[in-house]
Amino acid sequence: MIIDGITPVFLWTDLMIWFLFALLIIGVVQIRKDQQKAQQWRSVFESKTAIAAALVLLFYFMVALADSIHFKVDPKQTAVNKTMISGLDMLFSHLSENSERTYSAPFALNEYSSSVVFTESGDVAQEYLPLKHVIQDLNGDSTLLYVLQQSSWAMMISLILLVVFMVFHGYQKFKALAHSKNRDSSKSLPWGTFYLTLFSISFIMGWLYILSFDFHVLGTNKVGEDVFYQSLKSIRTGVIIGGLTTLVMLPLALALGISAGYFKGWIDDVIQYLYTTLNSIPGVLLIAAAVLVMQSIMTTNADWFGSNEERADMRLLFLIFILGMTSWTGLCRLLRAETLKISQIEYVTAAKAFGLKPITIIRRHIYPNLVHLILIALVLDFSGLVLAEAVLSYVGVGVDPITPSWGNMINQARLEMAREPMVWWSLFSAFCFMFILVLAANLFADRVQWVLNPKNEK
Amino acid sequence: MIHRFSGLFKQTAKRAIGLVAFSLFLIVNISQASNWNSPYSDDKLDHQVYYTSFSSPPKHLDPVISYNSNEWTFLSQIYEPPLQYHYLKRPYSLEPLTLKSLPRIRYFDKAGSEVSADADVAYSEYLFELKDGVRYQPHPAFVKQGELFKYHKLSKDQLKSIKTVNDFKMTATRALVAEDYIYAIKRMALRQNHSPIFDSMKPYIVGFDEFSKQVTQAFKDQIKVESSNSKLSYFPLRDYALEGAEALDDRRFKIIINGVYPQFLYWLTMNFFAPIPWEVDKFYKQQGLIEKNITLDTSPVGTGPYYLAENNPNQRMRLVVNPNHHQEFYPTDGLAENASPELLNDAGKKLPFIKEVVYSLEKESVPLWNKFLQGYYDASGVSSDSFDQAISISTGGNMELTEQMLEKDIQFLAQVQPTIFYFGFNMADPVVGGYSEKQQKLRQAISIALNTEEYISIFLNGRGEPAQGPIPPGLFGYQEGEQGINPYVYEWKKGRAQRKSIEQAKQLLTEAGYPNGRTKQGEPLTIHYDSLDSGPDSQSMLNWYRKQFAKLGINLVIRSSDYNRFQDKVRKAKVQTFSWGWNADYPDPENFLFLLYGGNAAIHTDGGGVNGANYDNPEFNRLFEKMKTMPNGEKRLKVINQMLDIVRKDAPWSWGFNPKALALYHSWLKNVWPNALANNTIKYKRIDMEVRDQQRINWNQPVIWPLVIVLLLLLISIWPLTKAYRARQNTIISSNKTEAGGQQ
Amino acid sequence: MFAYIVRRLLFAIPILIGVNLITFALFFMVNTPDDMARAQLGAKQTTPEMIQAWKEDRGYDKPLFINLQASGHGTITQTLFVQESVKLFSFDFGQSDSGRQISADIYERMWPSLAIALPTFIIGLVTNIAIALLIVLFRGSTLDKVTMAVAVAIMSVSGLFYIIAGQVLFSKMWHWVPISGYAEGLDGFRFLILPVLIGVFAGIGAGTRWYRSIFLEEINKDYVRTARAKGLSEIKVLFGHVLQNGLLPILTGVVVVIPTLFMGSLIMESFFGIPGLGSYTIDAIRSQDFGIVKAMVFLGSVLYIIGLILTDISYTYFDPRVKLS
Repeated sequence: MIIDGITPVFLWTDLMIWFLFALLIIGVVQIRKDQQKAQQWRSVFESKTAIAAALVLLFYFMVALADSIHFKVDPKQTAVNKTMISGLDMLFSHLSENSERTYSAPFALNEYSSSVVFTESGDVAQEYLPLKHVIQDLNGDSTLLYVLQQSSWAMMISLILLVVFMVFHGYQKFKALAHSKNRDSSKSLPWGTFYLTLFSISFIMGWLYILSFDFHVLGTNKVGEDVFYQSLKSIRTGVIIGGLTTLVMLPLALALGISAGYFKGWIDDVIQYLYTTLNSIPGVLLIAAAVLVMQSIMTTNADWFGSNEERADMRLLFLIFILGMTSWTGLCRLLRAETLKISQIEYVTAAKAFGLKPITIIRRHIYPNLVHLILIALVLDFSGLVLAEAVLSYVGVGVDPITPSWGNMINQARLEMAREPMVWWSLFSAFCFMFILVLAANLFADRVQWVLNPKNEK
Repeated sequence: MIHRFSGLFKQTAKRAIGLVAFSLFLIVNISQASNWNSPYSDDKLDHQVYYTSFSSPPKHLDPVISYNSNEWTFLSQIYEPPLQYHYLKRPYSLEPLTLKSLPRIRYFDKAGSEVSADADVAYSEYLFELKDGVRYQPHPAFVKQGELFKYHKLSKDQLKSIKTVNDFKMTATRALVAEDYIYAIKRMALRQNHSPIFDSMKPYIVGFDEFSKQVTQAFKDQIKVESSNSKLSYFPLRDYALEGAEALDDRRFKIIINGVYPQFLYWLTMNFFAPIPWEVDKFYKQQGLIEKNITLDTSPVGTGPYYLAENNPNQRMRLVVNPNHHQEFYPTDGLAENASPELLNDAGKKLPFIKEVVYSLEKESVPLWNKFLQGYYDASGVSSDSFDQAISISTGGNMELTEQMLEKDIQFLAQVQPTIFYFGFNMADPVVGGYSEKQQKLRQAISIALNTEEYISIFLNGRGEPAQGPIPPGLFGYQEGEQGINPYVYEWKKGRAQRKSIEQAKQLLTEAGYPNGRTKQGEPLTIHYDSLDSGPDSQSMLNWYRKQFAKLGINLVIRSSDYNRFQDKVRKAKVQTFSWGWNADYPDPENFLFLLYGGNAAIHTDGGGVNGANYDNPEFNRLFEKMKTMPNGEKRLKVINQMLDIVRKDAPWSWGFNPKALALYHSWLKNVWPNALANNTIKYKRIDMEVRDQQRINWNQPVIWPLVIVLLLLLISIWPLTKAYRARQNTIISSNKTEAGGQQ
Repeated sequence: MFAYIVRRLLFAIPILIGVNLITFALFFMVNTPDDMARAQLGAKQTTPEMIQAWKEDRGYDKPLFINLQASGHGTITQTLFVQESVKLFSFDFGQSDSGRQISADIYERMWPSLAIALPTFIIGLVTNIAIALLIVLFRGSTLDKVTMAVAVAIMSVSGLFYIIAGQVLFSKMWHWVPISGYAEGLDGFRFLILPVLIGVFAGIGAGTRWYRSIFLEEINKDYVRTARAKGLSEIKVLFGHVLQNGLLPILTGVVVVIPTLFMGSLIMESFFGIPGLGSYTIDAIRSQDFGIVKAMVFLGSVLYIIGLILTDISYTYFDPRVKLS
């Protein structure tokens, strides 16, 4: 463990993801204050799928957050060739510091392919080398038995977690019951599903975590890095790209969309020209070109970055901006159309007639009516962006090759599929982790859209 | 109403089944292909066809500009330079291709009188005499109508039906003349042709530079006058004389070289020196043809065993045997020591055996490998990821085919290539560069820590040999065994070279002034590494490099960039460490040692030089100049050994490795022998067609059961669907019940 | 109508100029003409003389936006930007940096792109509408719920997985179709069937959900209720009214993509080795061939604008209430 001699550092994306977190907290507080909104959001969670999806998303977000606290490692204290480590790395120091030589299958004790060994007598032999960082002495038990024994630990931990939650929840309920006499009659939330999901997540992750001390639960990749750890590290990249891209361009889209819709005239013309032009360039070409520009800027100014991590982070940050640059046009157009519509409504025209300042009208009357559009855009774009990352990495204009990401994993896995026997676990892990995130995001987005969209009000 | 719909439904179902059956029928029968999964439209042929692949579309097929092995795989089958490498002999040796014999060389001093080679030579004269009966492939450019060329001024009408150069109704040929070789050399001098070797040849061929300036300017003026461009305008090169290269008559020509340049003969095996008929050059300079991408750059014309019958660089290239090819026979001698005697089975027979070559574009390694296993490619290199499947290493340390490969009767050949991939230090850098003992030790320590053996085993699956110095195996100056090892990185123990231990590296590092990899300030030493950022493998490779440096406590910061940027940085000496490689042009140690010659350093040549490490040791430079023109022999070996001692100690490169080429091929392909320097080897190969046809059918039987199951499932699901459909049809849903979107 | 189209086309000119500006600015921020020359000459030793000769030959020796050496309006017109843009507007794409005629290449590679994009588009459209109609017919039932769940699942998988799995299963293990490649004419069927099926399948999730919501919206409209109240059977309502009226928003929605089908599918083409415009573009980006990149960006923008105009026209065609002004 590396505890001494560390000081916290903040990468740009760290700050941004914590900012996103703060926004979420503020949002929740705001919503709780407002009776009507609270009711609306409550109804979002009345769906079983939505609550399960939300929990899964929350879990991914927590992992991303844990991976976004970075500490500078004092090089005098450690021999590890890394200038900074994250909170997640600390939890998984047994995996990040120890790697094997090359491929090994999940739960394997030996390497996947045989290699040449020089025996003491100077002969050459073909052997499946034992892995260095897995349990080797099972006391004669079979692997399966050992795994089962360890599983009971995971079961216990997740049950304890469950009970803690239930007790807390029960206490809250009891308090609420004691304080207010008139409980509102709305449907109660599907707590059963909530607990089931919670239990599943904590059991599965707990199980994988406990076993990761003794095995490579999802195997190792070409240079012997643990695939489970890689997949977890990739979560941060996925969440950042999915969550922050829409957010970074939001101010621009808002400002341009509203001014185009509200002021009309030449402002509208200019803004329309701007987004039609950007839109008409084939997306991938624009992104690819922008990424190449970014790379060349970063190469010519290589001194900006003290470490590989900082450089990779800057590339991730730029990528977010570039993706945002190409995707804000859609939202901008939507906001413009909606603003145009709202401007025609009587109370807005009345406000104009009273001579209120445009900024006041926009703040009071227009902006609040656009919030649902923004929220829907945020959640809807999320899954698409996570998927886009994989494609961009395939084209070669994605995140930095040293940034762990599902796109990079898939890209490598393409070659592994041609091996015989196939090396399937990298692809499989990337598939599972990505699929669950995107599925949860899609399901949640559906529900949010359904509830927030005023068209759907019954 | 109801009945009509259900009837319709049934009918549709029937039709659907019929359609599926019909399309299956179509798949199998429409094409001439033997199997469902055959990637060829027509593979039931009665003449010998060789199927192979190419990995990237050839950009240039004009021999004056093409300098790329991808393009040479085609060009070398089509064009014939004066010399070639003997197919079987090792070490590599030259033999005449279109000549009667090897050129006769005479040496002259300043006064112009003939002297011996080791005297003070001012000029060397090479005299070439052509073989009889060498003729070009049939081509429209040669067609004459009376005195004039029929197709040199094409009308719109004539152009209408032309899509490729092979669409012309009439073709003709003509005999090869000495002037064609001279014409090719003159084309190099024309800057507008962008010859990549002109600047290397400039100092050697007498009067080449002045000639180039003269014709380039003349051509520029001509373009301006015609307000045309260099692609369209024909420049009469024959009207300008070049002192160092001239045709004596139709059969003989001579080239005059400044001083002595023994390596010049090797250049004469390259396509740059292949003959170009002026008629062809002129023919292609027509607007109507250029618009259709029919130029000398896309449609070559040569005297070789094949001509280009189909040119679709994004899909397929097809070569067909040249009916005018001259008499050429399979070699009868020169079998290398370890070669199979079967290679001489065809000795003395007329070449070529294969009548047609089909190249398919295969950018990804996955489909390439699978198609090879399915028998659709006759030969394949092995990518690192398919290696376990194909080759295993036996207890004797030798490579052997795996069971699965043996079952298919697949053959293989392995050979170390005359190529080096090295890890370079920028000698002009204050930290990793420099010639003091401390600085040498830092580089030596890193060289030990960079475990090349591990790199080869992980990323190349053993397909490489750690290099002991700049000269790869198979070239003069390379020494095997104990006297050939690099004593700064390896020790000779138990009969093999073993890498020194990491402790020894740490010791060296301490002596270099970085105990435990720390600088005087106690910070870890940080070194920058520039790399190419490409390919899915790059991430693991970069991590591997970091791990190697971490062993010494050194922090490696990686800056990856695209190839342009990378090259730019090396050129401007803005790198600290970097990886690069070099492929032999010709089998002479000079071609590798000049990578370390101070005169070629990037910093001294304004980025033009090939010495990216900027190594500049006066003693080494002096020896290099001496070694350059020496004939192979004891004396030369001694000088080379001295040079090797110097560079090994200075360690401007961590020597990296020499890759092994591994050729896998099916049993029906005969006369396969790896020749890293010759590209025109298809003419020697032969195919047993019957075996191939049979195996292709055996190996590609489609697995039908999943198809049957899917069809059955579809059929079964029709019944409940129809039923539900009928039920639904009759119900009239009250309008309020419906709910849009959203889950419960 | 005619006047409208002319006006829209005129409006396209400033957009295309803007597009060109962006392309030029982005590209030359990364590459100097020297880089391009080196990439193309690709020799082991590239000398300054070679680079200079190449730039002169290809016209890259002019300054990018402003030529201070020229006089008068030559400062603007004697530049790379103006010279090249003028050529583009007359659809003269010139030669690629490697020296091939771009128009000829585009014409040749357009067909494979269409051969894969068009069937994927049409079969996808028909399949999606069919499935959407089917589940609208069975709306509220288990079939509806299951299909919707499957649709979300299909949507949530990266397209790369479908391609990798499809190739391993159908080509490598079962020998049904060639693993990659392309042939012209009817024989191309064998090569296209797998990419088309994968393309259709990957699109089922999003497509079905979208069309379903359109049909459901339609089904709740007053005229449908009236029709139902008249006692028309569900089938008749569905085919007679819902499908017909639902097709309008669907068709106007997809019209915009039809011209861009020419551009081909980047990923599909490079995985399956189909020599179309998609792989042409991606190769050009990878080798940084400016000639091709600028031509393809320009072409893509033109096609996009055509798509927009077509959308507007289709609105008036299908819905007489909308008038173009």
